[in-house]
Amino acid sequence: MADIPEHLLKRAQQARARLTGDEATGGGDSVAGADAGRESELVGAGAPVGGSSTGSSTAGAAASAAAGDKIPAHLLDRTTPVADRPQTEVAVPTATAPPAGSAGNTQRLLTVVKSGSIQDVKTLPSDKVHVWPHLLIVEFVAALAVTGFLLIFSIFVNAPLLELANFNETTNPSKAPWYFLGLQELLTMFHPMVAGVTIPGMGIFLLILAPYVDRNPHTAPDKRKFAIALMTIHLLFWATLVMIGSFFRGPGFNFVFPWEAGLFFDF
Amino acid sequence: MSNLPTRSTKAKKAAGDFTDKVTGSQAWNSIFRPGSIFRRGYTDSPRNRSYVIMNSVLYHLHPVKVKRHAVRVSYTLCLGGLSFFLFILLTVTGIFLMFFYRPDAISAWDDIATLESSVTFGLLVRNMHRWAAHLMVLTVFLHMARVFYHGAYKPPREFNWVIGVVLLTLTLLLSFTGYLLPWDQLALWAVTVGTNMMGYTPVFGDQVRFVLLGGVEIGRETLIRWYVLHVLLLPFVIVIFMAIHFWRVRKDGGISGPM
Repeated sequence: MADIPEHLLKRAQQARARLTGDEATGGGDSVAGADAGRESELVGAGAPVGGSSTGSSTAGAAASAAAGDKIPAHLLDRTTPVADRPQTEVAVPTATAPPAGSAGNTQRLLTVVKSGSIQDVKTLPSDKVHVWPHLLIVEFVAALAVTGFLLIFSIFVNAPLLELANFNETTNPSKAPWYFLGLQELLTMFHPMVAGVTIPGMGIFLLILAPYVDRNPHTAPDKRKFAIALMTIHLLFWATLVMIGSFFRGPGFNFVFPWEAGLFFDF
Repeated sequence: MSNLPTRSTKAKKAAGDFTDKVTGSQAWNSIFRPGSIFRRGYTDSPRNRSYVIMNSVLYHLHPVKVKRHAVRVSYTLCLGGLSFFLFILLTVTGIFLMFFYRPDAISAWDDIATLESSVTFGLLVRNMHRWAAHLMVLTVFLHMARVFYHGAYKPPREFNWVIGVVLLTLTLLLSFTGYLLPWDQLALWAVTVGTNMMGYTPVFGDQVRFVLLGGVEIGRETLIRWYVLHVLLLPFVIVIFMAIHFWRVRKDGGISGPM
């Protein structure tokens, strides 16, 4: 038989001590047994309701069963039908004391199984909703909204189509697509290898490394202020460069104010 | 006048019988799997809600159930989903454009001009393709920012973040390769600036440039190269990475939890 948890043994001892003090009142000692049942899985064999007391507590049985591997005689007695038992002691269940205790035992303790040994709950139930309709409707509406926006925008704003490509006539200014204008802006400050390869290469490399470098397990914004500050500075850095490259660069890629010199920018 | 209602009820009954016959037929039931809302007797039950996802080739990218906070628009802002949707939209409009475009320096610009002036909806579809492309760069970028600010790249989602960075790079490359195809002054000189920068790659910069341009200067060979990259190679690669990305979202336990 497996180990009986210490607190159960202790409680059984207390119950037995109470029982010896309480013998005259004849009962009320099954508390320990009932508590033991609540704490752990009780594997019990049903016995007829009612019946006479054998003068021993369930918890006591558990304790003695743990000590020896043989079922004590007084427990074996209980398995005999009530009618056949010798009427050693008569339990009188009163209205105030419900038929619980050594007088009213309806089961006997065979073994105590710790709850963790047969079932181990790892995932707790979480609040979930069906994808249909809850998520699909959101996705559908979002897709519809974007399609609608693109359709209407495309009706009113035409994609640029300048003159046929001409190798002999360099456009002034010559600008890369907008998402590369940050890099082109860097070209005005650094050597092309630094601006065009090293810095964006490092940027992508650092982005890839981010989850492996950032060892902070928290996701709450106030617990990762440094990471958020770093990313915000990084994003603002590129956004500013792209803005300058797009709107504040005129002929010869010189600095201009768009409200004075006009826009030199095509999508 | 008095028999009009009777006639209409009769017609209604006939229509109803016909509908029943069609939706009860073997052909119909072979097309629409159990749980489809087009099946007869569809009821809104948890079982059928699950079937809608499980029995649909499109929807079963999704799990049957997601955490409640995952459907909150204010959390994801739909940015990842919209990036994917824009990719689909770009594929559809792109295929349309391919019917009218020849990737050759002699005909490319003329084809676009003809598309805009003479093809039904040609201008509209080209506009949509262009604006959707720019929007996709934006949504992918914002999606990355959103994921970062939620700390959603943290374990167990580190590798999916890496895939995401690859997807961002591929999106930029897709957009950039498409930039050259109209073969106008904007395209030519924007790509000149871009590829000049790539030429400064250390050690093998010249080789990178040569492979990308199909020569030492931009020309006809560049156009066909970038066309193939734009319509075939890069979409093929990005679809593979997207598949891994979406699969990992589910394997890593759905989208990240609330902060």
